[in-house]
Amino acid sequence: MFESLTDKLEGVFKRLKGRGLLKEEDVAAAMKEVRMALLEADVNFRAVKAFVEKVKERAVGKEVLESLTPGQQVVKVVRDELVSLMGDVHKGIRLAPNPPTVIMVIGLQGSGKTTSVAKMAMTFRKEGRRPMLVAADTQRPAAITQLQSLGKTVGVPVHATQEKDDPVRICRDAVTRARNEAHDIVILDTAGRLQIDTDLMNQLKEIRRDVSPHEVLLVADAMTGQEAVNIAETFDKEIGIDGVILTKMDGDARGGAALSITWVTGKPVKFIGVGEKLDPLEAFHPDRVASRILGMGDVLSLIEKAQEAVEEKEALELEEKLLSDSFSLEDLRDQMRQIRKMGPLQGLLGMVPGLGSKLKDVNVDEGQLRRVEAIINSMTPLERRNHAIIKGSRRRRIADGSGVTIADVNRLLKQYIQMRKMMKRFTGMKGKRFPGLPRFM
Amino acid sequence: MAFFDRLKAGLSKTRNGLVHRASSLFSSPINEATLEELEEILILSDVGPACAGDIVSSIRSRQSRGSVNDLRTALKQEILKRVTGESGLLRVDTPFVIMVVGVNGVGKTTSIGKLARKYHDEGLQVTLAAGDTFRAAAIEQLEIWAQRTQAQFVKHQHGADPAAVAYDAVMSAQARKSDVVIVDTAGRLHTKSNLMEELKKIHRVLGKAMPHAPHEVLLVLDATTGQNGLQQAKVFHQAIGLTGIVLTKLDGSAKGGIVLAIREELKLPVKLVGVGEGMDDLQDFVPEDFVEALFQES
Repeated sequence: MFESLTDKLEGVFKRLKGRGLLKEEDVAAAMKEVRMALLEADVNFRAVKAFVEKVKERAVGKEVLESLTPGQQVVKVVRDELVSLMGDVHKGIRLAPNPPTVIMVIGLQGSGKTTSVAKMAMTFRKEGRRPMLVAADTQRPAAITQLQSLGKTVGVPVHATQEKDDPVRICRDAVTRARNEAHDIVILDTAGRLQIDTDLMNQLKEIRRDVSPHEVLLVADAMTGQEAVNIAETFDKEIGIDGVILTKMDGDARGGAALSITWVTGKPVKFIGVGEKLDPLEAFHPDRVASRILGMGDVLSLIEKAQEAVEEKEALELEEKLLSDSFSLEDLRDQMRQIRKMGPLQGLLGMVPGLGSKLKDVNVDEGQLRRVEAIINSMTPLERRNHAIIKGSRRRRIADGSGVTIADVNRLLKQYIQMRKMMKRFTGMKGKRFPGLPRFM
Repeated sequence: MAFFDRLKAGLSKTRNGLVHRASSLFSSPINEATLEELEEILILSDVGPACAGDIVSSIRSRQSRGSVNDLRTALKQEILKRVTGESGLLRVDTPFVIMVVGVNGVGKTTSIGKLARKYHDEGLQVTLAAGDTFRAAAIEQLEIWAQRTQAQFVKHQHGADPAAVAYDAVMSAQARKSDVVIVDTAGRLHTKSNLMEELKKIHRVLGKAMPHAPHEVLLVLDATTGQNGLQQAKVFHQAIGLTGIVLTKLDGSAKGGIVLAIREELKLPVKLVGVGEGMDDLQDFVPEDFVEALFQES
């Protein structure tokens, strides 16, 4: 997508290059591409309109026209503006001067409140705090059981009463209990509700009035479409929110909702939820999500994940290998071993700009990793370094050695060659590096 | 309450200006400005920029041929063309096996509960299979629904193989002469290939338990979902061959316009819609009502 938006813009500007004069319709054509990209990413229609109006002037300014790569320049301008709109830097939770800090979590049904609450507890516990969870969702069947079970998993106490109890009272009692038991953080898991459900919205207001939370967080699904604006606006107006948790970011939604929400409420996205496993919530980085909205991948998060699992030096080597042409089967095996420590491979590759969508059919499966490793182990060092020599009889030997069929060996080699090809294209981009991108390339 | 009335009730709560704009739009003559506004309304309903542009341009070309005198009618025709399909579920065999899939938090379990209720009210015996063995308390959640709807309930341990649960459910349904088997599955993002493999296995195993099962493979889609909905449908469809869509949470202010793109590209019809929190709020999809709701005046 990154390439296609840039390419489309390059096309627009190429036409005007010959003339040297910028006409109204050229600007309009360029802005139309930007508009399409944002709408495809689910940024709200009205937000897109306002946004395009705002970047129009800058996007056809001198810096763009005098550039050799005006298309890329426009993307840079757009990206910069997206970042500044979403709040430049990551903002965390403000802790109350007098504990406990009370955090109230609200949102639609199925947005991921309960999972986010458990992840947040995990984050605080890792920081050495003593959080307590409160099961205030008395609506959904087994919601309380779910939170209790998650609480057990992350090792955090859960305040829960019966399903028939009044959520307002549950929250009030919980805060009192937290104070008595010296918990410094209380997280209220409220029931999911539609923002147009007056009764349930009033209940939230009452909870808010009763326990005066220090932080009210709206949980929103990254896949949300145009409705994100109405949802966020109503919750903010009726209850008042301090920030947003954007969940299900491990999917392939471009996450335009992040922009819509900040645009309409002025409130920052504070965290993102990635995956169902109880890992801590990740910080929201506007620059990365801006890239994602424009379909440019998320190189920084990839590097960060790599750094978690691998030493920095190794990570640098990984970069080099990924980008240089000398990526051998041996490297593939080494990287696979390390990558396995980082999480689902598909997710990782999806973060690489321009690679994500293409890798869909390559399908390097998690469960297959071990088999692939066995296949590579059955090759001679020479074969690993130079795949071109692996012909018929060698293939048969390798298949026998690793207990797979020749077809499996063929498939691996095909995938490997495909991967190399893609990386080559990736390195090709190195020369005309996109100015706004971090030093990774 | 009928589908349309529920939608109307939901929509009347919103008053989001858009609706008012639509009515004024229909009373003014068709020109570039009204067409542009029309495009906006479509995009705001999550139809997507491509599909919205498509609809607008076919109205434009019809108009230039002079075959449009009423924008409302023309638009309805254009959209109807894109949503009409087989609606509701047709019980083709006994037990009738329904497999329900979708990403996290779209309302799979709730929809299953409502569907069980619907069949129960029709006097049919239902078996529910607790195929979400992953999420905490998912089994308990479905069990509560089974009790409410007096359905047979087949479960294994938390963390068990969902395909085994599905198999047992069909076996049990055959032994106990159940009419309908509904298999719940864990919510999964379509990008997780290992989880998609697991889904394929459940599908395969159902086919072994009973020829031609599952008879329906329904993707549950949240009406608030944006353009990613198409991608979801595509990947799920590729993996296990969907037979239809269940569009949930239509009682909110979201319109679920992405189903147009899904119908267009994958030929997958919307079969059921969820229009409320109540046990009876799962209904057959009525294309005319859906179109009406997109432009409903409050």
